[in-house]
Amino acid sequence: MISGWRAAALGLLALALGGCATLRGSGDLGLVIERTSGRALIVDTTHRSELAEISGLGDLSHATVVYSRDERYAYVFGRDGGLTQIDMLRARVARRVVQGGNSIGGAISQDGSLVAVSNYVPGGVKVFAADTLQPVADIPAYYGTEGKRSKVVGLVDAPGQRFVFSLYDAGEIWVLNMRDPAHPAVRRFKDIGRLPYDGLITPDGRYYIAGLFGEDGMALLDLWHLDRGVRRILDGYGRGERALPVYKMPHLEGWAIAGDYALVPAVGYHEVLVVNRRDWTIRKRIPVHGQPVFVIARPDGRKVWVNFAHPLNDTIQVIDVERLRVERTLKPGKAVLHMEFSPRGEQVWVSVRDDNRVLVYDTESYRQLAALPAENPSGIFFAARAHRTGL
Amino acid sequence: MRILLGLLILALPVLATASGLSAARRAELTNLLHQDCGSCHGSRLTGGLGPALTSTALAGMNTAKVARIIANGRPGTPMPPWKPLLSSDEIQWLAQRLLSGKEDPK
Repeated sequence: MISGWRAAALGLLALALGGCATLRGSGDLGLVIERTSGRALIVDTTHRSELAEISGLGDLSHATVVYSRDERYAYVFGRDGGLTQIDMLRARVARRVVQGGNSIGGAISQDGSLVAVSNYVPGGVKVFAADTLQPVADIPAYYGTEGKRSKVVGLVDAPGQRFVFSLYDAGEIWVLNMRDPAHPAVRRFKDIGRLPYDGLITPDGRYYIAGLFGEDGMALLDLWHLDRGVRRILDGYGRGERALPVYKMPHLEGWAIAGDYALVPAVGYHEVLVVNRRDWTIRKRIPVHGQPVFVIARPDGRKVWVNFAHPLNDTIQVIDVERLRVERTLKPGKAVLHMEFSPRGEQVWVSVRDDNRVLVYDTESYRQLAALPAENPSGIFFAARAHRTGL
Repeated sequence: MRILLGLLILALPVLATASGLSAARRAELTNLLHQDCGSCHGSRLTGGLGPALTSTALAGMNTAKVARIIANGRPGTPMPPWKPLLSSDEIQWLAQRLLSGKEDPK
């Protein structure tokens, strides 16, 4: 029997949580970006349903999302420089700033106190307080001698309250140390290779790797040993073959690790590269359906899911990691843009942009479990990212 | 007869630029422009890894030049040649469309 005051207290709590009758956690929630309409959908990954729609997020082409470590807030980085903090429980915009002219992505610091945004225009990185979105640091990406600023790509968080990113025009990797927020310290690594297009960090936070568009190879930085500098790996993986046109840049978000191997998209070849993590040499080139865009390991590492660039983007292939070959080809529909696994990988959510829906698959049986309507869905981001370095 | 043939030949490019493209195909191309070109140039064509494609950004270029870049790409940059995927009429239509400002952000 609930006493009168206790019932009143419960009522207040419910009111405080946005008037919802039921309490909920945020750990099984996620966001689906609707890229053309400036909206994001809050979804429940356990019940595979849409809970709410958040609008007014600006230009969401290439939008990305990170989460606060309590998984209460999502930070959406829009193309138009918008940085929006969404309250996942109240299902509304908590704060929003337009911090740059043209942005590409963001990251949240190890301790969750800082959010960094990478900008194309004006080229550089800006850092904000995660709770208030007040500016903390501005790191313009100057390079060369003429005061030019580079577009910044591949921004990730790293242990030691650091952010790591690549300068597309300059061919550099910078490590930004924010341990003392009043005195940001940058360490620059030059001549890493031509046109780094994206970067990733291994899940343990040790290695940062930039993919290069301008040459066959990748640039590797050991964050435990910065003095060893940047190393070239997978040099000349195309072995002089003529590269095919690339109609969409691959993304290096996530890092498909399976035992001793890591799997990454080749650029200009319809292949997934299998890299030996001990010496960073190529173990195998797996032929696939098209130019890979995302190469993402199921959380248990046994399978790797791959989607493809235009015009072959109606397909997903699943690689069996033990045998290092494609074991399954799926045709989810027109323009498959992104895949996101549930935290332990029993289901995967797939955005099918031109079919205006998100499909949910069982990752063992490949059975389709659900289809949710969404307008031109692109990125899918689950709250469990809050606890993973580099996501 | 010869005059007639001459006139016909003269008229052909005009017919092509008035676009023999169906409304459905034009809708597909518009989608391609904002979604797929948009993955580098921004879905509002205001720029990203690739430059902005608004009519202001392209000022000073003519249709032939824009069409040439779409067809052949720009070697040394990520801009790929679209010739393998699109017909020259389609490329021409896209170039005109960009320069006309009809695809600029509202």
